[in-house]
Amino acid sequence: MEPVIEAVNLVKQFGLFTAVDTVNFAVRPGEVFGFLGPNGAGKTTTMKMIQCASPRTSGSLSVFGMDPGTHSREIKEMIGVVPQETNLDTEFSTYENLIVYSRYFGIPKEIAEERAEKLLDFVQLTEKRDINIEKLSGGMKRRLILARALVNQPKLLILDEPTIGLDPQARHLIWEKLKLLRSQGNTIVLTTHYLEEAERLCDRLVIMNNGTILVEGSPAELVRDHVGSGIVEAEHSPEVVACLLDLEIPYELAGDMVQVVTDNPRMVAQELLSKCDAKRVLTRAATLEDVFLKLTGRVLRE
Amino acid sequence: MIRDLFAVPWLTGNAWTVWQRNLDVFLKTWRVNLVPPFIEPFLYLIALGFGLGGFVGYIGDVPYIDFIAPAIVAVSIMNSAFFECTYGSYVRMYYGKTFDAIIATPVSIEEVIAGELLWGATRSMVYTGLMLPVLILFGVVDLPSSLLLIPFAFLGGLLFACIAMCFTAITPSIDALNYPSFLFITPMLLFSGTFFPITVLPPAVQVIAYTVLPLTHVVSICRGITLTMFSPFMLVNLAWIAIVTTALFFLSVNLMKRRLVV
Repeated sequence: MEPVIEAVNLVKQFGLFTAVDTVNFAVRPGEVFGFLGPNGAGKTTTMKMIQCASPRTSGSLSVFGMDPGTHSREIKEMIGVVPQETNLDTEFSTYENLIVYSRYFGIPKEIAEERAEKLLDFVQLTEKRDINIEKLSGGMKRRLILARALVNQPKLLILDEPTIGLDPQARHLIWEKLKLLRSQGNTIVLTTHYLEEAERLCDRLVIMNNGTILVEGSPAELVRDHVGSGIVEAEHSPEVVACLLDLEIPYELAGDMVQVVTDNPRMVAQELLSKCDAKRVLTRAATLEDVFLKLTGRVLRE
Repeated sequence: MIRDLFAVPWLTGNAWTVWQRNLDVFLKTWRVNLVPPFIEPFLYLIALGFGLGGFVGYIGDVPYIDFIAPAIVAVSIMNSAFFECTYGSYVRMYYGKTFDAIIATPVSIEEVIAGELLWGATRSMVYTGLMLPVLILFGVVDLPSSLLLIPFAFLGGLLFACIAMCFTAITPSIDALNYPSFLFITPMLLFSGTFFPITVLPPAVQVIAYTVLPLTHVVSICRGITLTMFSPFMLVNLAWIAIVTTALFFLSVNLMKRRLVV
C-alpha cells in the first residue's frame, strides 16, 4: 500500500539552526504513527511541514502522494490538525467554534450543524454546547480541539502533544477516543513526550533527538532490541557497585539507583540480594521509557 | 526582493470565510459596537460645530459645521479600519492564535489577511452608515449625494486597513503599535484639511499632506460628496487612493506571509 506520508532526507533549517536534520520515515494507511522525543527534538517542526504550515528546506515530502509545497489546499482538505497550543476561537461558544471552523472548509451549513452535534457528543461536550470556551477546563478544550480537527472528516489526523498538561482522567478519555478513531480506519500521526502514551497508542514510532531519528519500530520491538526484557534496580551504594563489578555484571547509574538490564532478572536479583547484600532490589519489565532514556540520555532538556 | 513584496497573491473566495468570522463576532457584540458611531458625531458636531463654529462662522461660503461634518466621517473611516487592522488583527494573530488555527484549513495565510482587510473596510462602511443618520438629523450634509459616502467608506476603509496591516506585519510587539497611532494617525487628524482648509498651510506642508497623508484625499472626497461640490480634482484623489490601496494590499499580505510562514 502506498504510504500516507513519506519523507525522504527531509531537512528544515531556521537560519543556521537545523531543526530537522535529514529524516526518513513513511506512515502507512490505518496505523497510529508516533514521534517520540524530548523537547526541541524537531517533532513539532516535522508536524508543521506535514500540515503545510511550514515549507521544508530540502529533501522530499509527500502527503497522500502530493507535495505540501504545491498542493497545500488539497492536502489540508484531507487532514485534521490538533495543534500543541490551544488556539480555539475565544469569541465563540463550544458549538460555534465547530461551525465557524467548518466554514473554513467550505462545508455547507446544514451538514456542518449535523456534524457539530455528533462531534460534541463524541467528545462528551454536548452539555457545554453553548458555553463560551474560556469557561471550559483544559481537558475540555483539548477535547474540543480534537472535535474541531474532525469537522472535515479527515483521512489523516495529526496530533501534536494531544494530552499535554492534562490530568489522568482527561488523558485516558482522549486515548479512548483516539483508539476509537483508529478502529474506524483513520491514519493518525502524533507527537508526544509521554512514553506511556506512545506505548499505549502507537503501532509504530520513531524516537527523535536533536533533529534526527534515532530508531524506528513498534514499541515492543524497540524495547526488545534496545533494552531487553527485564530491569533490576538496586540502591546506589559503594558496596553494591563493587559487588557488581566483581560479578562482572554491567550496570548503569540512574539517579540514586543502579540499573541492570538483563534477560534473566530473577537471577540477577538473587545475586544482588545474596552476594551483594543490597537493601532494596526491584525487578520490573523494561519499558519504552528505558529505551528512550538510553537513547536520548539522562540530561535535562530546556 | 522588492518584487516579492508586491507580488500578486493567489486569492480565492475563502477570504470571505475570514471576513464572515469577524462579522459574526461583530454581530455578537453589537451593543458595544453600535454605540460609538452614534455618539462620536454628536460630540464633534456640538463641540466643534457649535462651539468653535460660533467663532469661525463660515469657511468660504460654507458654514463651519457643514465644513467639518465630512471630516468627521473621514476620520471615522480612518480610525475604524486602522485600529481594527492594527490592534484588532494583532490580538487575533498573536494572542488568540486565530490565524494559526485558520491556516490549518484550506484557507491560506494570504486569504486570512485579505479577509481581515476586507473586514476592516467593512467596519468603516458600517460606521459611516450609522453616523450618516445623525449628520442628516443635524442637517449638515446634502442629500441624496451623501449616500455615496457609504460605498466610498469601503474604499477609504480598505486604504487604512492596508496601511494598518503593514504596521501589524512589522511590529515587534503590541506596544510598538502606539508609534503609528501617535506619529501617523494624530498628524493626519490635524493636518489633512479636516478642521481647517489645507490651503492655509505653507505650500511645502500642503505638498507633504497630499503625498504622504492619505486622509487628505479621503477628506477631500467626503467633502465633495456632502457639499455636492464635485470637482475634477476628486478624480486625482480617487486615483491616489486606488493606486496606494492596491500597492499596500499586496505589500501587507506579503509582509504578513513573511512574518507568519517560517
